[in-house]
Amino acid sequence: MEPTREDAMPRRNFVDYLLGTSLGMVVAAIFYPIARFLVPPRIAESSQLNVVAAKAAELKPNSGKVFPFGAEPAIVIQTPGGEIRAFSAVCTHLGCTVQYRDDLQQIWCACHDGHYDLYGKNIGGPPPQPLTKLTANTRGDEIIVSKG
Amino acid sequence: MKAPGGGNPLEWLEDRLGLEPVLKLVEKKTVPIHRHTIWYYLGGMTLFLFVTQVVTGILLLLYYRPSSDTAYESVQFIMGQVSFGWLVRSIHSWSANLMIGTLFIHMFSVFLTKAYRPPRELTWISGAFLLFLALTFGFSGYLLPWNKVSFFATRVGTQIAGVVPGIGTFLLRFLRGGDDVTGATLTRFYGFHVAILPALTTVFLGVHVWLVQKQGMSLPPGEDERRMKTMKFIPNFLLRDAMGWLLALGLLAALSALFPWELGQKADPFAPAPAGIKPEWYFLFLFQTLKYIPAKVAFIDGDVLGVLVIGAAAALWVFVPFLDRQAARGEKSPAFTAIGWALIVYIVGMTLVGYFT
Repeated sequence: MEPTREDAMPRRNFVDYLLGTSLGMVVAAIFYPIARFLVPPRIAESSQLNVVAAKAAELKPNSGKVFPFGAEPAIVIQTPGGEIRAFSAVCTHLGCTVQYRDDLQQIWCACHDGHYDLYGKNIGGPPPQPLTKLTANTRGDEIIVSKG
Repeated sequence: MKAPGGGNPLEWLEDRLGLEPVLKLVEKKTVPIHRHTIWYYLGGMTLFLFVTQVVTGILLLLYYRPSSDTAYESVQFIMGQVSFGWLVRSIHSWSANLMIGTLFIHMFSVFLTKAYRPPRELTWISGAFLLFLALTFGFSGYLLPWNKVSFFATRVGTQIAGVVPGIGTFLLRFLRGGDDVTGATLTRFYGFHVAILPALTTVFLGVHVWLVQKQGMSLPPGEDERRMKTMKFIPNFLLRDAMGWLLALGLLAALSALFPWELGQKADPFAPAPAGIKPEWYFLFLFQTLKYIPAKVAFIDGDVLGVLVIGAAAALWVFVPFLDRQAARGEKSPAFTAIGWALIVYIVGMTLVGYFT
């Protein structure tokens, strides 16, 4: 059956529909870029990060040093036995920066008294996980730390 | 929905806000229709572009870092990394330029239709201050990307302030935050640009727009109010306004997409000024004027004379409503019409000369 004039969408409604959708598109075209702008971009993390953590001479046995590793702090330690190891210095509990305690011979987080052993393993206090291990190599008189 | 204590929520709000007089004003507000009606849209257009500046400016604040070590890099980050960052910054720059343009057109159309006649003297004066504020916005914002061109533009601009007799040295040190343009200047201009100028503009804009609402549209001399056709402000005029704003938004988007605003090279205080350095177009006519004044006029230094003349002209411009006695009495004032046109020719001419030489 042919639609009668009464069945068809009245012209006014059609124009209203066009106006409404156009207005909607304009609003979307304004707010979409704003919403996207508000979300900070991801900064690509370098996987090939090599950082000079310390001079070999400055790091004594039974001591540690916190240094910037990319955007985050890391810690390099020399065990009383003379081994050099490096870990992320971000405590796995609430993200404070850990430090080396020569009296305890442990890595320690001051915020909530978290303890890690010399392998970065969480052994006391609230930390739920070990510290992320990094690779430390001595090259000449420099200690180079990299991922992995 | 019930308001606290029951009853109609709209009535509840109305009891507390008392918006009825405002609504009545809006209902009664009309815009006269005559051959100069088109100029009534320029103020609203300037306001729209200003709102665009506020919105995009607030967005840029989220990523911009105001120090000489980080400013350039943060703008680079906005342009290259942030989603739609290039769009937001380009719209901010383009809209700033268009706003100064519409502001000038608005001002001269008001001047030539003698809309500063009583009782609208304060509307003119607040508008003149808004122009000075807009130019200061432009000048301070220009430095913020901390690139070579903006660095030297600021050096030159603040140097000009330094030649004002008596207070020049103070003014120069106040603007620069020291003897030279350094990171301290950048921090200072940032403070002007995002806090002090917006606060002042809010006050002057509030007064300006309130006066326009209170006094209604001015009729050009020679138009007869009794035989005048009018249209309602809401919705007729406002919808036409909105159509103009939509076109302006489209133009801004197109300009930003086709000609994203350049960032240039990072400022280096120890590098020589790049060749062909010029200020933004809206300062060109002043820049060019200063160029043409000889080094010594009688016993006065040329640049001192230039600054004094420009300052005096700006002061006279503010007080135009009190100088044009004929217009105040409702008579024709051909002298002021001539001054207006002469100024337009001078500004356009000097800008073109400055641009093409």
